[in-house]
Amino acid sequence: MQSPIKTLVDMVKDRDLKQKALSDRVGSTAPIKIPSAFIACKKCGRRALRVRWEEHAFVCPHCGTYGPIGAYYRLNLLYDAGTFQELDKEIEVKDPLDFPEYREKVKDLEKKTGLKEAVVSSKGQIGGIPVVTLVMDSRFLMGSMSQAVGEKITRGIETADREHCPLIIFSASGGARMQEGIFSLMQMAKTSAAIELFSEHGGLFISFLTHPTTGGVTASFATLGDITLAEPGALIGFAGPRVIEQTINRKLPKGFQRSEYLEQHGFIDAIVERKNMRDSLIQILSLHQK
Amino acid sequence: MSQELVDKTRDLEPGERVLLARHPNRPHIEDFVENVFTDFFEQKGDHLYDEDRSIFGGIARFHGRPVTVLGHKKGRGMEENIACNFGMPCPEGYRKAKRLMEQAEKFHRPIITFIDTPGAYPGLEAEEHGQGEAIAKNLAFMSSLHVPVISIVSGEGNSGGALAIGVANKILMLENAIYSVLSPEGFATILWKDSTRAGEAAKVMKLTAEDLKEAGVCDEIIPEVPGGAQENPVALYKEVEKALEKILSAYESMSPEQIREDRLKKYRNI
Repeated sequence: MQSPIKTLVDMVKDRDLKQKALSDRVGSTAPIKIPSAFIACKKCGRRALRVRWEEHAFVCPHCGTYGPIGAYYRLNLLYDAGTFQELDKEIEVKDPLDFPEYREKVKDLEKKTGLKEAVVSSKGQIGGIPVVTLVMDSRFLMGSMSQAVGEKITRGIETADREHCPLIIFSASGGARMQEGIFSLMQMAKTSAAIELFSEHGGLFISFLTHPTTGGVTASFATLGDITLAEPGALIGFAGPRVIEQTINRKLPKGFQRSEYLEQHGFIDAIVERKNMRDSLIQILSLHQK
Repeated sequence: MSQELVDKTRDLEPGERVLLARHPNRPHIEDFVENVFTDFFEQKGDHLYDEDRSIFGGIARFHGRPVTVLGHKKGRGMEENIACNFGMPCPEGYRKAKRLMEQAEKFHRPIITFIDTPGAYPGLEAEEHGQGEAIAKNLAFMSSLHVPVISIVSGEGNSGGALAIGVANKILMLENAIYSVLSPEGFATILWKDSTRAGEAAKVMKLTAEDLKEAGVCDEIIPEVPGGAQENPVALYKEVEKALEKILSAYESMSPEQIREDRLKKYRNI
């Protein structure tokens, strides 16, 4: 039997998205590069054929560890065929502090990842329901929050508000973009204010936390969802575990700041496996349809 | 003070301002409350779980008007420093701040916040109790307020831990205060894996009042005497009083909706 994920991928007729998703797979860093047939799990170290990883949506076929997936790849798994439309593509990284070597670093990453920033904004349909979906991509400077990321997130929220459709944000971020200093910090206020307005207007915001969601993203829009979901085993927190360990000078408990730990402590509605991602979202979205 | 020293303090390196911003004798929230406001009534606790002493606040009068005033409290002397967790709030502190601001909104009181924190506390329980969520809720809530919010960065303002009580209509900074995404030490550790390069970090971070005024984040700089505010606190209180009066009276002619719109616009354009 063919896996449902595989069928989904095949269903996507959207050539642009499909092409981007192809270059987005785990292990391939360059858009045009012949990938090797095997991929090793970063956790258990065992290798599996690329096609087997794909069948499991890049969850390790041996140990179940979640591998990162690119933004376009995730959207490819999510949207109904042919409905993907990218938003705010033109927004690029700014360099407000004129920070040494920042531009060069960004240029390099653009080449490596095919991304222009750490978030991809889009609209499309999931199970026939129009939505705005913003997906952060940790391959781009650890998904850190820059002025451009904050602007894209804010515009995405405003689009959902204007078009009266639900908003889904997949977070993945190491926190603030150091190279943009105070401008990075201020994006927390900007995005949170936009969510507040959207919420006042009755908009549905599903916040989907993926590995890792930390720092300024955790302390702004990511924790302001009406519904908060998380992928299994994702690191979610404000301060990083190393900083906490150094501060309190003792070992952290097992599983600290992982999705399951947060669920236990009352901050997450549900942990959703990647293979159920689309179905769960369809269920939640349709429960909010009138 | 000798003229030579005066000249010297006019032209400080950012790293030196960081030290002044953290000077132990620098006026703190409790000093501003005592010297700039009257009839102060302290409000304690988040009324959910705990009393976090790193956030200090309550109701007071400023030139006759009732206001809500709150801020980070570092404490003075080791014992109080520890009790106040060196001005690093836990989620309970942010929820306490939110409780005070909710009442300010209900009773139409302007809000004045004093920012002076190394950052939100990176602790185990703080994480378990939702540090990120507590900060985020404050940011969203403050953006929705219909009363004027004025934030004064009086010492060091670092990270989301500072911003969580700083989503304001006007951001004022004392001349030697700093405001940044992270402490220079943390910044140097993340970027260069070397916390001893904090001075160098301070230079590239653009964290001084002057830099931030230029960047459009800071609206007004409150002057300090040469050598830093701790040299003449009374002069500083007068300056703070003057700046507050000017801004508060300007907001008196605005409608609640206009006040909110004014704040939203400020952040939307950053």
